[in-house]
Amino acid sequence: MGEHVVTVTVNGRTRRALVEARKTLADFLREDCTLTGTHLACEHGVCGACTVLVNGAAVRSCLMFAVQAEGAEVTTVEGLSPADGTLSPIQEAFRAAHGLQCGFCTPGFIVSVTALLRDNPHPTEHEIREGLSGNLCRCTGYQGIIKAVQLAAEAQR
Amino acid sequence: MSGGSAAGRYIGQSVQRTEDPRLLTGHGTFVDDVVVPGMFHAHFVRSDVARGRITRLDVEAARQFPGVYAVLTAAEVNGDIGTMQPTMFTEAGFGPNVPSAPLHPLADTDVRFVGDPIALIIAENRYVAEDAAELVEVDIDLLTPVVDYELAADETGDIVHEELGSNIAMRLELPRDPAIDEAIAGAAHVVTETFHQHRHTCVPMETRGIVARWEPFANELHVWMATQAPHEVRLVCSRVLGIPENHIRVTARDVGGGFGQKMFMPREEIVVALAAHRLGIAVKWIEDRRENLVAANHARVDRAVATVAVDADGGILAAWLDHLEDAGSFPVGATGGAGAMVGMAFPGPYRVPKYGFSTTAVWTNTMGRGAYRGPWMFETVAREQMWDHVARTIGMDPLEFRRHNVIEESAFPYTNAVGMMVDNVTPGRTLELAAEMIGYDAVRAAQAVPRTDGKLLGIGMALTVEPTATGIGALGVEVATVRIEPTGQVHVLLGTGAHGQGIETTMAQVVAEHLGVDFTDVVVMQGDTDVAPFGGGTGGSRTAVTAGAAARGAAELARDKVLAVAAHLMEAAPEDLEINAGVVAVKGTPTRSISMLDVATAAYHKHEQLPEGMEPGLEATFRYKAPGRTWANACHACTVEVDTTTGKVEILRYIVSEDCGVMINPMVVEGQVSGGVVQGIGAVLYEHLVYDPDGNPLSTTFLDYLLPTAAEVPIIEFGHVETPSNTPGGHKGVGEGGAIVSPPTVFNAVADALAQIGVKITKQPLGPNEIVAAIAAAELAGADA
Repeated sequence: MGEHVVTVTVNGRTRRALVEARKTLADFLREDCTLTGTHLACEHGVCGACTVLVNGAAVRSCLMFAVQAEGAEVTTVEGLSPADGTLSPIQEAFRAAHGLQCGFCTPGFIVSVTALLRDNPHPTEHEIREGLSGNLCRCTGYQGIIKAVQLAAEAQR
Repeated sequence: MSGGSAAGRYIGQSVQRTEDPRLLTGHGTFVDDVVVPGMFHAHFVRSDVARGRITRLDVEAARQFPGVYAVLTAAEVNGDIGTMQPTMFTEAGFGPNVPSAPLHPLADTDVRFVGDPIALIIAENRYVAEDAAELVEVDIDLLTPVVDYELAADETGDIVHEELGSNIAMRLELPRDPAIDEAIAGAAHVVTETFHQHRHTCVPMETRGIVARWEPFANELHVWMATQAPHEVRLVCSRVLGIPENHIRVTARDVGGGFGQKMFMPREEIVVALAAHRLGIAVKWIEDRRENLVAANHARVDRAVATVAVDADGGILAAWLDHLEDAGSFPVGATGGAGAMVGMAFPGPYRVPKYGFSTTAVWTNTMGRGAYRGPWMFETVAREQMWDHVARTIGMDPLEFRRHNVIEESAFPYTNAVGMMVDNVTPGRTLELAAEMIGYDAVRAAQAVPRTDGKLLGIGMALTVEPTATGIGALGVEVATVRIEPTGQVHVLLGTGAHGQGIETTMAQVVAEHLGVDFTDVVVMQGDTDVAPFGGGTGGSRTAVTAGAAARGAAELARDKVLAVAAHLMEAAPEDLEINAGVVAVKGTPTRSISMLDVATAAYHKHEQLPEGMEPGLEATFRYKAPGRTWANACHACTVEVDTTTGKVEILRYIVSEDCGVMINPMVVEGQVSGGVVQGIGAVLYEHLVYDPDGNPLSTTFLDYLLPTAAEVPIIEFGHVETPSNTPGGHKGVGEGGAIVSPPTVFNAVADALAQIGVKITKQPLGPNEIVAAIAAAELAGADA
C-alpha cells in the first residue's frame, strides 16, 4: 500500500505525516496528530461524532482520507477552546444546559454547532433540530443539546 | 428546580458537572484514547453463518502477512481457563437454577450465530489486522439455524446447544391457582391478547473496547476498558486467566455510555485479555459499529399472552401471563434475562387479586441477550398495552381503567398475588399529575372533532413501579472512602463505574453537604481498581441509593472525626461545633473557628495535638448495604398524530411524572430520564434488529438501524413527585426508569389513534410500513365482513 506525505494545518499548527492512501482523516487526527477529541462511533458517516471543520466546512472525518486534506485547514474540537483553559461560549452553554452526559458524541456536536451558529446566528428551534439531525446522541435525548444551542445563540446576540 | 423538604446547600441543586470541561473540549480519556507503548491492535474473524460445523480453519497465510504479530484460534486460547460467567451468577444470589450456555473464548468445533468469533488477529495496526483477516480460510458445513424464538420452543428439529439437549434455556411455571379460573368463569369480561416486543438494544455511542497489557516481569495485568464495573472486570480476569486479583489493575476513566451493555465482561474483551496474557504483550481492541450491532448483546425479544378477567365495573378480578423470551445463543449475563421478574412484576401498581404466570426462555442462533436499561421491563410493556386493550374492549376509558384499579397509596406496603412486595411508592399521584399535565380530557375532546386531513390524534399513558437498587450480592453494597488530605482538600473514593451519570458531581454534592465543605474542595475518584475499594460498578439504578448512602455515611464518619479533633484543639465540646464551607466554628460564635487545614495539620503532622489515644489521619470508609429493593415509580403520557396515508407518527407532547425520592441533582435526573424516553421512542418507532430466515443480521449499520435524532423528539415535560425512600438521603434509583415506561406510552398513543378507525395493533416496531399495513389489513377485513 503506497504511503504519502501529507501536510495539513490542524488547529493552526502545521502537521506532517507519512500515511497510507486509505488512512482516514479521523485516524490521522487521532493517531498521527494525537488529537483524540475527534471520536469514531460509526465510521460510515451517519453519527457525526467525527465531525471536524475542513476549510471551515463541517465534514465527517471518517469519510475523508487524510490525503484529501492535503494543504487544508482543519479545526478539531481541541481547536475550539480558548488557550487559557476556559470554555468557549458554546461549551459554556452546553454545560449550563446539561447538553452532555457520557461526552462521547459531544465533540462532534460542539464542532457542528460552531458551524451552524456561524452560518445561522439566530436559528429557530426547527432549524436547530434539522441542523443537528446529523449528530446522534444516545444519552441526553437531545433535550439539553437543543437548549444549549438556544442559549449559545442568545449569548451571541 | 430545587428539591423538596430535604434540599440543602448542595442536595437538590442542579450543580453544573465537574466532568464537563474535559468532555466538552475533547480531553476525555475513553478507551480508544489510551495508547500503551508497543501495543498491538486486534481484530476478530467472525462467522458469517448462523449455525454450522467448522471443518477447516487455516490461519497460516494470515500469520505470515507483514505486520501481523500473531493469530489466535480456539487451540491457543480455549484451554485451561476459568469460568467466563459474570460474578453475580457464580456468587451470591443468582444461583444454580440459571443454566449457562456452553461459552468458550473462541468458536471451536462449530459456530452458533453470525458474528461468533473464530480467530483473533493481532497486528501493528487495525488496518493490517483487517487485511490479514481476509486471508483466514474457514470452511463451515451449514446446519439449519434456529432463528424464530416462537418456533424454537416447539422443540422440533434443531438444537442450538446440542450439549444441553433442548432449546428451552429456562422455564418457570407457577401452579395455576383454581381461584383464577373461577374468577375467569364468573367474570363479566374476559380478554385475552398477545403482545410482542421486537429485537433492539443499547447502542451506546462508544462501542466496546479494551486495552490489555501483561507485564511478565512485573507480574501485572493492566486493563483499560469501556466498562460499567471495573472491579467486576478485575474479578473475571482473575478467574479466567488464573492471575491473583491483586496483580490486576482495571482502569475506566471516561466511558461513552453503556445502558447495560458494558455491565459485565463480555466475551471479546475476555479473549483480548487472554491474548495479552498468553503472548506477554499489550493489545488494543476497539469494536466497530457493525460488530456492535451484530455481536454486542441484543435485548427485548419477548412475547406475552395475557388473559385478564374483569367485573362489570372494570375491576380486575384475575390475570394469567405466559411469557416467552429469546435468550439468543450466548446471553451476556443471566440466561433468559429477567423472565422471573417479568412474571412477578406484571401486576405492577394495580390490584390483581388472583394471578399467576409462566416464563420460558429459549436459545436461538442469534446474538445473545443481555442487559438493557430495565432488563425485566417487558412486564410494563405487556401490562400497560394490555390494560389499554382491555379498557377499549369493555368500553372504558384507559385512564378510568387505571384509576379504578391502581393501588391507593394508603395500601402500601402491598404484596401482590405472587408475593412481590412493593413499598413507599406514589403511582396514583404520578398518574393524576401526568393526566393533568397532558390535558387528558381536552385531548379526548379534540379527538371527537372530525378531521379531513387523514391524520389521527392519539393519547397514551403508562404507569409502573420500578425495582431499583437491589440489595443482593456485590450490587447490594457500595463503598465510599472520604479522605481529607493534609492540605484539607477532600478525596472521595467510590466503587462505581460512571458512564454519563455525573457521579463525579452528584457524589461530591453528597459529601460536601454532609461533611460541610465547599463542593469545589471535593474530588471524586472512581473507575480505577488500584484507587477505589471494591464496589459493584454503575447500573441497575443503584447509584443514588447505594453509593449515595455510602458517600453520606463516610462523610458523616469523617465529619465526626473532624469535630472531635477540632473540639480538642478549640477546647470546646464537639456538639457545640459546626462545619460550613470547610471552617469549623462554634455555633453562634463564628469568630471562634479553625480551618479544615488546621485540623488536617494536627491529624497528619502535629499529631501530638490530637486527643489522647486518637489514631492520626483523617479518613473514613463506609460500606452501605441496601435493603432488598427500593421502589420508584413513574407515569408517562404522550400525544401523537398518525398520518394514515404515510404511516408517519409525530409525537406532539410528552409528559413524565416520576417519583425518584429526593433528587440529588434535578438536572441529572431529568437528563437520565430524557435519554431513556428517547430510547423508548426509538424502540417503538425506529429501531429494529432484523434477522433473515437464515439468521443473517440485516441491521448492521446506522443506515438500517435508525436511532432517533434531534429532529424526531419532542420537548419532554416533567412533573416531579418527591417522596423519600427509607434509605439514607431519601433517594430512589432513576437510571433505568425512562426507558422502561416510554415504549408502552408511545405504543398506547399510536394504538389509541388507530383504534378510532377500528385498527388494532399488538406488535412492534411501528414504522410507517407497519402502520400502513395494519390500516390496509383492517380495511380488507372490514370489506370482507
